[in-house]
Amino acid sequence: MSFVRDTYLVETPPPGMNVGVLGWLRGNLFSSASNTLLTLFGMYVLWTVVPPLIEWALLDAVWQGSGREACLVEGAGACWAFVAAKFGQFIYGTYTFEERWRVDLAFLAGALTVGLLMIERMPGRRYIAVFGLLIYPVIAYILLTGGRFGLPEVETTLWGGLLLTFVVASVGIVVSFPLGIVLALGRRSQMPVMRVLSVIYIEAWRGVPLITVLFMASVMLPLFLPAGTNFDKLLRVLIGVALFSSAYMAEVVRGGLQAIPRGQYEAASALGLGFWQANLLIIMPQALRLVIPGIVNTFIGLFKDTTLVMIVGLFDFLGSIQVNFSDANWATPQTAATGYAFAALVYWIICYSMSRYSMRLEARLNEGTRRA
Amino acid sequence: MRTQAFWNDPRIRAWFFQILAVLVVGGFIAIIVTNTVDNLNALNVASGFGFLQHTAGFGISQTLIEYSESSSYGRAFLVALLNTLLVAGIGIFFATVVGFLVGIARLSPNWLVARLATVYIETFRNIPLLLQILFWYTAVLSNLPAPRNSLEIGSLLMNNRGLYLPAPVGEPGFGFVVAAFFIALLGIVFLRHWSQRRRIATGRGLPIMWPSLGLLFGLPLITFWLAGAPLHFEVPELRGFNFVGGLRAIPELLALVLALSIYTAAFIAEIVRSGIQAVSWGQSEAAQALGLRRTQILRLVVIPQALRVIIPPLTSQYLNLTKNSSLAAALAYPELASVFAGTVLNQTGQAIEVLTITMAVYLGLSLLTSAAMNFYNSRIALVER
Amino acid sequence: MRRYLLLASTAALIAFASAASATTLDDVKKKGFVQCGVSQGLKGFSSPDDKGGWTGIDVDLCRAIAAAIFGDPEKVKFTPLSAKERFTALQSGEIDVLSRNTTWALSRDTALGFDFRGVIYYDGQGFMVRKSSGVKSAKDLDGASVCVLMGTSTSLTLADYFRSNNMKYEPITFEKDDEVVAAYESGRCDTYTTDRSGLYANRLTLKDPQENIVLPEIISKEPLGPVVRHGDNQWGDIVSWTLYTMLNAEELGLNSGNVAGMRESDNPEIRRVLGTEGKFGEGMGLSDDWAYNIIAKVGNYAEMFDRNVGKDSPLGIPRGLNALYTQGGIQYAPPIR
Repeated sequence: MSFVRDTYLVETPPPGMNVGVLGWLRGNLFSSASNTLLTLFGMYVLWTVVPPLIEWALLDAVWQGSGREACLVEGAGACWAFVAAKFGQFIYGTYTFEERWRVDLAFLAGALTVGLLMIERMPGRRYIAVFGLLIYPVIAYILLTGGRFGLPEVETTLWGGLLLTFVVASVGIVVSFPLGIVLALGRRSQMPVMRVLSVIYIEAWRGVPLITVLFMASVMLPLFLPAGTNFDKLLRVLIGVALFSSAYMAEVVRGGLQAIPRGQYEAASALGLGFWQANLLIIMPQALRLVIPGIVNTFIGLFKDTTLVMIVGLFDFLGSIQVNFSDANWATPQTAATGYAFAALVYWIICYSMSRYSMRLEARLNEGTRRA
Repeated sequence: MRTQAFWNDPRIRAWFFQILAVLVVGGFIAIIVTNTVDNLNALNVASGFGFLQHTAGFGISQTLIEYSESSSYGRAFLVALLNTLLVAGIGIFFATVVGFLVGIARLSPNWLVARLATVYIETFRNIPLLLQILFWYTAVLSNLPAPRNSLEIGSLLMNNRGLYLPAPVGEPGFGFVVAAFFIALLGIVFLRHWSQRRRIATGRGLPIMWPSLGLLFGLPLITFWLAGAPLHFEVPELRGFNFVGGLRAIPELLALVLALSIYTAAFIAEIVRSGIQAVSWGQSEAAQALGLRRTQILRLVVIPQALRVIIPPLTSQYLNLTKNSSLAAALAYPELASVFAGTVLNQTGQAIEVLTITMAVYLGLSLLTSAAMNFYNSRIALVER
Repeated sequence: MRRYLLLASTAALIAFASAASATTLDDVKKKGFVQCGVSQGLKGFSSPDDKGGWTGIDVDLCRAIAAAIFGDPEKVKFTPLSAKERFTALQSGEIDVLSRNTTWALSRDTALGFDFRGVIYYDGQGFMVRKSSGVKSAKDLDGASVCVLMGTSTSLTLADYFRSNNMKYEPITFEKDDEVVAAYESGRCDTYTTDRSGLYANRLTLKDPQENIVLPEIISKEPLGPVVRHGDNQWGDIVSWTLYTMLNAEELGLNSGNVAGMRESDNPEIRRVLGTEGKFGEGMGLSDDWAYNIIAKVGNYAEMFDRNVGKDSPLGIPRGLNALYTQGGIQYAPPIR
């Protein structure tokens, strides 16, 4: 039986075109004629966008200077000197100069709280959450407005920049959270009146653009109140934003509630728990865990939408940048583009990192419930 | 047996809470209304909707219908509404086209194209829309040359006053061409119907694509030629300060359309991607096993199923786009938020009436669209047997 | 014991009074400052500096009102308002007085529920064009794109002007002043129209002011003045007479430098103004040195005009119509007596 082979052939390496860099290129970029065409098209797009962008933003950019002259050079790219000169205003608006440490402190405390909350295995995370939702806002309020504990008062008309953006977005989300829960419960309620009222509220707010809500808050709200009652513009805008986002929040929470199986309600009833007990102790803890990614997404949307307060005359981050374009000392052809590029970069970093976080969270949540 | 106290009866409690809710909400509204009425009376401000008949007195830069300074506020409202619908319509069209392309590109086996699509989506989704609008308007469009030095691309003109195109002007007899076009459309519908019937009867359909295209272009073209080419183009020409004649898109419209469609397209792309991914592999494999070609698989198997997933979120994106067109308030594009809730509100001082109308219009558009979409949804919903 | 009683009854009386009447003056006195609506930034009228301080004639009028009431021109807070927000802000009581280059017109006086209280600046609408456009007269503007502020009387006058001259135009409207200027500068419009004072003020903010000219035509009457809510006449009187005091002071040769020494002047008119003779403040619920405080702490009309818009300011606008009637202008204040 010598014609049966008893040794293996020596393995030959795969053809050079199928492995390594070349193989990868062939498999992913040039696998067919149409694919090659697409690749060429993609390279063309890259070639038209990336080199000019790098040239404008980095190579030809002006980094230092104290006025428009620095950026008026022939062929100059981005005028980053403008951003450097106005940086303080972009962050704090016209907040009293000597008091800006208060804003820094509030920012720092907020960042620390959020940072600690994001660590999964943080001991006492619950207490940090309670601190963040209940105590931190009070501290931040006192720090920012002043007029107490020997801190000089800083009027809200002076607030601006990134500070205002964060204030509007976080107050909006924190206030809309409880409102949203109540509305979501109302929409799922057995009682027709509650259901109808919640549905009308939610759909009405979701059906109109935020800008009309802001117009309403800044123009009509004072007429709704008894004559003589008055509060400042920022507060009015905050009320408008909170009412508006509570409708969106309600839908997010409702999504979480719907994901809870009926059995949970029935088990709670079987244990003799009433409506509030069942919801607070059984349903909500499960549902809210599910909706955290949704809340983060709502926050991203709200964060981007805060730019609209500019239209009703508050100077948020974008607003403070935009208003500085009219400074004759910095009037160059590149000022606007540079300012917008800077704003876009900041908004992008914040929104993108939040959306990454929410995606990771979602993936983790699914891990536990996924079967086999 | 212990009788239940009446306040523990869930039905009675439900009634109690509902009546309470109605009272609280009703009371709240009543307080607001009385306050408002008191305030307005005390201020001696005019009220009511009579102002809609008054003369507006201001000019509007883009009007789709006849409008002049002596028209009424009501007319100005109509002009603004049409401008809103125009920008929303154009925006939806481009957002859909770009969104579908990018969404499909994201799933492309080509690594580079898929990456580019991802970069597109992640970039434009995470930058505020208002910033994008202002960027296009202030940093791009307003840096275009003055009318005298317009950029010319073929018969297309670009300058800082907008985009100009030659406008087709029909002469007598052009009606025949239009009629021919509609006849061609009818013919295509009929052809498809016939092919379908034949496919069911004999298993073989008719070729559709080429005859349809031929009909669509051929018939009107032949009519056009027969009628003696009853069409000429009105070319915009520089007269005084601006170009006169032709079709024109003002820069405010361009900036809005650009920003709205690029921004919304990023969201639509994600919807399209998840819609296509929601169709299980088995479907494509089964179709392959039946011997369908790749384009047929996409057209007949994957897309119809993906659409079912895509349509509902797509609608809400369309609605978002329409609502977002109100950001024109930051530009000078004359739509509802800027002309009606802006200029008119300011001139009449009747904030409540004006804002109520504005919000009602947006709300109406929203409800109308969702109603239409629900109807469509119920038609294409999976019919399970 | 009696002192306590007195205190208590006074307190009760004050509480009662403020609850019962709550006039604007009482409100203002209670909160301790005047809330004044100004523009978001118009050089010479009201413009903020980097540190949040305000300058301009509209601003100075507010300071003068505060000086009349409290004897302290700094007891005033400014609310920057867009043209669009200004009227609702006043209607709703958010501000006590609107001093924001607002044109006095019948419909605003009536339908909006306001009272105009004098004219701080007689203005007229004009056009600004680029020199390079070669336009010499507003009559050459047929077919032009015009940048204009939203919801102002300016946009209405503009429409009237082009219609009555049978010319076409394209209105480009923005909500904020700096947006209008930016659009004009970027070349979106051929001409920029607003009150001429505004044209001069905003020309300074352009990259190249010399390359732009203001056309000679004045196409409207724009009497700019402070506005209060209709119905509270006492408050309206305070606003009117603050302005009149500044004008009278100029006429009488009183200014912030010499007023301290003029209290014992022999001129009965001066003695009346400065409260040495008569009790004119009482009728408005003010102290008798109200006018003295205005002149000493803010100055007379000429001082206010010169440092903000006139010869001592970068705007350098001549007095023109705003000179006193004795000097060829039409500024004419009723006498204090």
